Amino acid sequence: MTSPYLQNTEADRKAMLREIGVSSVEELFQDIPEKFRNAHFNLPLPLSELELKEELRQLSNRNANLNDYACFLGAGYYWHFIPSVISHITGRSEFYTAYTPYQAEVSQGTLQTIYEYQSLVCQLTAMEVSNAGMYDGSTALAEAALMACRITARNKAVILPTVNPGYYKVVDTYLSGHDLPLEKVESNLDGLSPDCACLIVQQPNFLGYFEDMATYAQKAHENGALLVVIVDPISLGMFKPPGNYEADIAVAEGQALGSPISFGGSGLGIFTCRQEYLRQMPGRIVGRTVDVEGNPGYVLTLATREQHIRRERATSNICTNEALEALATTVYLAALGRKGLHQVAELCYHKAHYAADAISKLKGYSLIFQQPFFKEFVIRCPVPPYQINEVLFKERIIGGLDINSRIENGMLLCVTEMNTKQDIDKLAEILGRL
Amino acid sequence: MNPQECKYTQEHEWIRPEPGNKGKVGITDYAQSGLGDITFISLPAPGTQVKQFKKLGEIEAVKVYSDIFSPVSGQVLEINQAVIDKPQLVNQDPYGDGWLVSLEISQPAELDALMNSEQYDRFVTELPK
Repeated sequence: MTSPYLQNTEADRKAMLREIGVSSVEELFQDIPEKFRNAHFNLPLPLSELELKEELRQLSNRNANLNDYACFLGAGYYWHFIPSVISHITGRSEFYTAYTPYQAEVSQGTLQTIYEYQSLVCQLTAMEVSNAGMYDGSTALAEAALMACRITARNKAVILPTVNPGYYKVVDTYLSGHDLPLEKVESNLDGLSPDCACLIVQQPNFLGYFEDMATYAQKAHENGALLVVIVDPISLGMFKPPGNYEADIAVAEGQALGSPISFGGSGLGIFTCRQEYLRQMPGRIVGRTVDVEGNPGYVLTLATREQHIRRERATSNICTNEALEALATTVYLAALGRKGLHQVAELCYHKAHYAADAISKLKGYSLIFQQPFFKEFVIRCPVPPYQINEVLFKERIIGGLDINSRIENGMLLCVTEMNTKQDIDKLAEILGRL
Repeated sequence: MNPQECKYTQEHEWIRPEPGNKGKVGITDYAQSGLGDITFISLPAPGTQVKQFKKLGEIEAVKVYSDIFSPVSGQVLEINQAVIDKPQLVNQDPYGDGWLVSLEISQPAELDALMNSEQYDRFVTELPK
């Protein structure tokens, strides 16, 4: 039973067997009937490391990866630049392979990075408190809706149809487990009634443009409901953060801040709220305090919200956080700083507008919406978008999201700092041919 | 020795009856000692109707939280803002400054269902360790 992947030597095993008074490893399985031991599996023989690497390399080459393809696809997960300093820090084994390192006596470094993460997120969103991070943006949004129901003691959530449809499904799933209805309302908010716990919105919205958050906040609050918003964290480098438009709970998908796309995971559920709602916030929270000698130290705090103490009355059943992604985000924000993030946002904004301008001038194409947008916009195409995407893919371009089911021949395009002028010109040139 | 003038519940709340069918309510020394350092107290607003032995509020300590149950039925007249601001008062002086709410007692006969000071002392000593 030797293997390069198992660290125990034969000598180790002999010593362990001697210690427990057993003569062989096989003896430990004596309780299993003979006929079930040593099962034979129809598997190929083990490979050497050299052969294994080659096999995996060939498998992964079947993926179109973003080093070789220009990407104009967004809609929730985004292709942004990941500074190399991030992997140098997250790759440290103290961070990369530690399992649940939250014991204050031995994990001050980890706890401090989480505290810094929370602090930076508050600065970014202009919200008063942040937790240590949840699974991803969609589940953070769902937890926000549940939290609003608890705070207001109301049993219904309303949501605009301009929220990402994937997020809508996740929120609906979470609420249905508690028998709480989720209703769609139009932007005129006619469906908003005094029995609604919250109004759920996205900024910029799924279709890329900005909506009137000030009015949404005012109307929600008039009805005694909370404003729950999910934001694009990169957009906060340029545009008004949720704390400045009276959001009560603000969440975001943190992937764009330093984590790879990776087929859609793992993500980072940025979660913030007003200080007064702190005890209703789900997830882990790191606090700063002093030890018995008066030295500053960091701990997990407000544990009485959580299920290991409150059981079914906990604020959530989550008992983890996305520490590695949160660390990547912390390094990203620290490395870029306020100015750097502003530059990233500006690049996205200007390149997206350059692309929108060029494409809207093409015969057969038009921009669907006139409202201000950030880095995503919807175009109407002269032919079905899936046909366009097939042509683009052969040219090593990943096209936008086909939203024909929602807007006839509609495509949601995303342009970030990663798209060069040449990429955009090439995209426009190919679209112009179709 | 727990205060003689109070009556006690099996969930370790006390009530000190006052003239005019009123009473101050708090948790006992045994309860505060078991909870440890109290960090947060949640109490119902004045005007709230309460029922005997039903949930009155919540107390949180560092590693545990506990429901508080009302010793009698009635209405919440006043809550002790001092313990909201400084929850440690309940640890320091559970029968005095650490009182939680003042109730209007709707059915004074309910007090007979509670233990007196000696009975509560014995109840506590007989609890499993």
